[in-house]
Amino acid sequence: MDARADVQPEAGAQALLEVDDLQTYFFTRQGVVKAVDGVSFALRRGETLAIVGESGCGKSITALSLLRLIPDPPGRIVGGTVRLAGHDLMTLDEPAMRNVRGNDISMIFQEPMTSLNPVMTIGRQIAEVILLHQDVSRKEALAKAVEMLRLVRIPEPEQRVREYPHQLSGGMRQRAMIAIALACNPKVLIADEPTTALDVTIQAQILELIVELQQKLGTAVILITHDLGVVAETAQRVIVMYAGRKVEEAPVGELFAHALHPYTHGLLASIPRLDLMRGEVNDTPQRLQEITGIVPALTDLPQGCVFAPRCKFADDRCRAQYPPYEQKRSGHWAACWNSDALYGGALHA
Amino acid sequence: MGAYLVRRFFLMLLTLFGMSVLIFVLLRVMPGNISDILFESAGLVNPAEKAKIEKELGLDQPLVVQYSTWISGLLRGDLGYAYVSEKPALDEILPRIPITAKLAVLALFFSIVLGVPLGVISAVKQDTPLDYALRVVSLSGLSLPSFWLALLILMGFVHFLGWIPIYTDKPATIWHELALLSIPAAAVGFRASALIMRLTRSSMLEVLRQDYIRTARAKGASAASVNYDHALRNAVLPVITIIGIEAAFLIGGLIVTETVFNIPGVARFLVEAIRWRDYPIVQNLVMFIAVVVVVVNFLVDMAYVVLDPRIKYED
Ligand SMILES: Nc1ncnc2c1ncn2[C@@H]1O[C@H](COP(=O)(O)OP(=O)(O)OP(=O)(O)O)[C@@H](O)[C@H]1O
Ligand code: SF4
Ligand SMILES: [Mg+2]
Repeated sequence: MDARADVQPEAGAQALLEVDDLQTYFFTRQGVVKAVDGVSFALRRGETLAIVGESGCGKSITALSLLRLIPDPPGRIVGGTVRLAGHDLMTLDEPAMRNVRGNDISMIFQEPMTSLNPVMTIGRQIAEVILLHQDVSRKEALAKAVEMLRLVRIPEPEQRVREYPHQLSGGMRQRAMIAIALACNPKVLIADEPTTALDVTIQAQILELIVELQQKLGTAVILITHDLGVVAETAQRVIVMYAGRKVEEAPVGELFAHALHPYTHGLLASIPRLDLMRGEVNDTPQRLQEITGIVPALTDLPQGCVFAPRCKFADDRCRAQYPPYEQKRSGHWAACWNSDALYGGALHA
Repeated sequence: MGAYLVRRFFLMLLTLFGMSVLIFVLLRVMPGNISDILFESAGLVNPAEKAKIEKELGLDQPLVVQYSTWISGLLRGDLGYAYVSEKPALDEILPRIPITAKLAVLALFFSIVLGVPLGVISAVKQDTPLDYALRVVSLSGLSLPSFWLALLILMGFVHFLGWIPIYTDKPATIWHELALLSIPAAAVGFRASALIMRLTRSSMLEVLRQDYIRTARAKGASAASVNYDHALRNAVLPVITIIGIEAAFLIGGLIVTETVFNIPGVARFLVEAIRWRDYPIVQNLVMFIAVVVVVVNFLVDMAYVVLDPRIKYED
């Protein structure tokens, strides 16, 4: 029954998940939307990799592409490979792919209020994923569901399994989603803005829970967020996406200390400071600082650097040619013509 | 929930009371009563004779008295005597109910068994040729009057099969009877099935967009499980409401169908009784239909409570 790809425990050098040149397009009436346009990255065992970027830059579509859950039509993965422990997921047939979903790779979504089926009990929704992937009886699966609810620290789990989503608060529902995602002990957990829809205090609890369970279970996590504050607390490495492409990638400390892309600098400047927002420093609450301009339409990307229309350092070369994605410092990659001049510290210069 | 049921029960009683007044008044507003019809059709004009009949039947009494006589009789289980046959109305109505009930249940069964799965398929295969074909069929189901459809079916059977699917008095077995009834039932149920199909389709399309469907897919559920376990359970809720409403429309279709296919059921009998202004038959039969419709709608609401855990009627 267990259809997981065989994994050698010592395969340390080999990444757990390798994404290479992933391209996911939407074929719409307005034209081809290149939602993900040549994204590559690797995820190591037990690691937390953050993907950040503004709304619409392709984070969720990247994640859904890994599970091959792009709505078709209008979307399609048009190129690239995704390897899980060396096995290419793109060539699997649908039943084999179903064995990967929820079992090897699970996902939790942004909207806990709507991500659970309103007419099924919490217990049944957790038991479902267990029954799909493990050779157990219905009763055993329900017992496991109670156990999972306890693991995600939902009080009175025996009673909660019999309740429906609307009887739970947003934070509790997200915990239930985490229980579903982790029920089969996946190798990779994709958390797509798991806390965005929650209250600030609940956000911290949910993040803590994810980090704690990840350490306990050894799960590798892809954490999608547009909140760099969250990244600093949880991730080891960060990928910055813009308009469907990767523009920068670095270990967390390195990125915060030496961001090399003007867009990343813009994002860093827009980290909400709770003290400022609450008006504890000034009397008036502050607005978040935003990057001026908007993400270009993905159907009609500029010819050169996609960020050029919004970049105050853009020059003629930027507008003419897309900058190469290069390693600029140790383990630190970026796609910007002017990063060396702007922020210094080029390896190869 | 208990208090809700009690409230609901009284509301049903109130509805039925209103219905009884409406039925009664409409029937009296209709020109002529049985004595007029008897005398006009026979070309007789004998006022004394006519008055005698009217007095015998109580038609000379004030309307309020007539109404209270009817209702108090009804509450005692006394439906009075049919004017035409002069037999107890109950004995006239009761034996005709089973066949109409079978026809109605069969028609509803057809419409659900056809409408729901085809609606799901249409939604899942949205914008494919199959979807277009199903939508054309369902649209025609809504626009074809049921008498027309019934006639077409009848003609088709007579012409191509040389077989007249007309109800015979004593079908040998229940299966024989069901086979005979299934064609008229399909003719009645077609409209409802078309409606159910369209509603299921649009409701499914709405549900398939929801986040929890994506969650189900991300768990590794199969397409069938996603469509039927997850989506349909949610999508069927508005469809159930329409089934309750369609049950009432169905009765209109039954009258036509029983006539066309010559089925000795209650619906055709009702038309006959209306023609004769046979008040005891018409009043009581329409009242019976009203009770059925009200009860069906109550059951639909109860089904809602069972199927949608979010609905909890406050006490
Ligand atoms: N069904 C679709 N049809 C057409 N375009 C789509 C569709 N789904 C997504 N897109 C496009 O793909 C792009 C990337 O969307 P995605 O959901 O990955 O953004 P995101 O980075 O997750 O943003 P957010 O922070 O708002 O969640 C969007 O700009 C959107 O225009
Ligand atoms: S390449 Fe030019 S336009 Fe693009 S981010 Fe760098 S400086 Fe700005
Ligand atoms: Mg998203």
